Amino acid sequence: MKIALPIIIVAMTILLLFAGLTEAGRSIGTVGIASGSALPGLTDSGATPEQALGSFLSDVQRRNWGPAFSRVEKTNDAMNEQGFIQEWIGSNGGLRSFSNLETYEMRPLHATDSEAQMRVRLHWATPVGPVDDVRDFHLVHRDKWKVVWDEGPAPNLPSQVISVNYLRWDLVTGTAGEEWGSRNVDAPHVRITSMNAVDTAEGTVVMGEVVNEDTIPAFVNVNATLVDASGSAIDEESSFDKILHVLLPKQVSPYRVDFPHVGLSKVKNVRMDVKATLVPASSDPVIGAMNQKLETDAQGRAVLHGDLLNQSGRTVNIPHVIASFYDNSGKVVWVSDGYVESALLPQASEPFAVEIPKSLAGKVQNFHVVVNQYSLQKS
Amino acid sequence: MSSSTNTVCKSHNARSSWLAALVGALCLVAASDAQVGELRVPSRVVAGTSISIPTTGSGTGTFYLVGPSAATRRDVDLGQQISVPSEDLRSAGRYVGILCADTCGSVEFFVMPAKPVSLTFLVHPSRAPVGQNDVISGVALPFDEFRNQVVAPVTVNFQLTAGSSSPMSHSVSSQNGIAWFRANSGKSAGALQVVASLRDASARRIVQQVASDPCNLRIKGQRTAKGIMVETEPVRDCAGNPVPDGTVVTFTAKGGKEASTVDAPIKQGIARAHMTAAGPVSISAASGVVMGNELHLGAQ
Repeated sequence: MKIALPIIIVAMTILLLFAGLTEAGRSIGTVGIASGSALPGLTDSGATPEQALGSFLSDVQRRNWGPAFSRVEKTNDAMNEQGFIQEWIGSNGGLRSFSNLETYEMRPLHATDSEAQMRVRLHWATPVGPVDDVRDFHLVHRDKWKVVWDEGPAPNLPSQVISVNYLRWDLVTGTAGEEWGSRNVDAPHVRITSMNAVDTAEGTVVMGEVVNEDTIPAFVNVNATLVDASGSAIDEESSFDKILHVLLPKQVSPYRVDFPHVGLSKVKNVRMDVKATLVPASSDPVIGAMNQKLETDAQGRAVLHGDLLNQSGRTVNIPHVIASFYDNSGKVVWVSDGYVESALLPQASEPFAVEIPKSLAGKVQNFHVVVNQYSLQKS
Repeated sequence: MSSSTNTVCKSHNARSSWLAALVGALCLVAASDAQVGELRVPSRVVAGTSISIPTTGSGTGTFYLVGPSAATRRDVDLGQQISVPSEDLRSAGRYVGILCADTCGSVEFFVMPAKPVSLTFLVHPSRAPVGQNDVISGVALPFDEFRNQVVAPVTVNFQLTAGSSSPMSHSVSSQNGIAWFRANSGKSAGALQVVASLRDASARRIVQQVASDPCNLRIKGQRTAKGIMVETEPVRDCAGNPVPDGTVVTFTAKGGKEASTVDAPIKQGIARAHMTAAGPVSISAASGVVMGNELHLGAQ
């Protein structure tokens, strides 16, 4: 009895551990949806499409590139392991380079004995907050299930010389000493041209557009205060990253201020405040938003997608798209934003997509996209 | 403007309670048997000038001078002139001189600012769009050599010079130490020099007159091998001033359900953008809240 009890406990522990690890994928979430974040060295082999894809994503998550690449069925001979890794970890200082795959959810779309289609929602942890990426994987059955990888290697950027004669604004501190009134440079004139407050499931959203009416660049921030019937402030928030902060002369930017958990019914008044500061700025790079189209994606969401085209000679590490959507009277009915995970190389394009609430999609008659950019190298 | 009032311990005619308390306290501690007569100061005292205050009686006393920025104390011989040096009277404002011996007496007087030697000049704004009414304002404050604001009326001359045009002058008499003007901005962009002068003193400020909103924004474009190259005609405001380089022009190309936009800065007077669209498109341009013409291009 003295020895038997420890043996039973150890045996039960091993049994439960084994059961837990093998059943983990099926025990969480909605029926038919597998979630992932497997333990190191304890992944399934690939007897089923779910197991194969789960193992593949677990290896990707743990950055076990060798085993992950071995689970891939290549369709493109030019694809090598290095290109495969780069596809997952990003390059050129793009957002993906600073991201980690936190978790994933798999949903089978269809499966036969020889092939299967799986839809995976990848949850990335990034410096700009959590980013979800939905991706469809095609799997085929060879000796075991394998993930079809039809991504080609990233196109090589040819060496070239791009002449750039961009403008920039610098600030010069005057040399007139401390004499009062001799060093004053007025802050840029910035004006809110439209404002609209709407009630959403998440709370109140205040949005609109702001224009730099001046001839110098401005660093702009929009603050909004919700006021109740008694004149007391309910909450105060700023546009944070949902605005193009550096506005060049005559440039227009959408803004959005979110008030989570505050219903619009409580709000009597909205106080707007736009702050503008004179900053050094550059008009380079120029980024075009091409082929913008409002469509419904495979998951039934209303999405504005298009391509960003970097028209200058500098890499944009993290492009950020902010879009305003107008109804038929020209009123801004929604503002949404999204980060592009890949760096935008000179003279190259990258796809982008921003989502709008499905309930508003029918109202949208027009849209305007601006591109914010974060670059590692100093402008 | 200069005035003085006298206070003696026994007369109890102190004008202010703190002064009465101070004089009373000094009377209590006075140990000498000398009597202090009425103190008299010159009728007009100007900042930075010395004054003499005659005294009566004999023996010694203590003289206190309390001013806006300092207080001094010294022993004096009664019957002699009390000489107050110019350094003690640099700040304009109200002073109290107190002489204590057996009894105390005091005198209040005002020191006026000296003649103006410098101007503090504030001009607003630092940038002004052309062709705007009353958009430029300037405020000048005259000061003497001891940085006392000169509140007596003085005439300040404001001179506005834009480019090579003839200067525009405007003389203003200051009120309560302030002279100010308002002016319209000119028709041409460029630096506007604003000078305020008063005798030998002058101060210079620059207002940058900038082009106003673009006027008659017109674009032209053509298809190229890579897409569409679209550009504006030289962008000018309604007065014909070129809109500054760096001003953003937003080009929008719409074809079917697709749209492309580029925010392009003006370079050397013209904004250019490269756009991609294969089918027939309508291209428009806007700068700020100003719209331009619409351009229609057929399919590639």
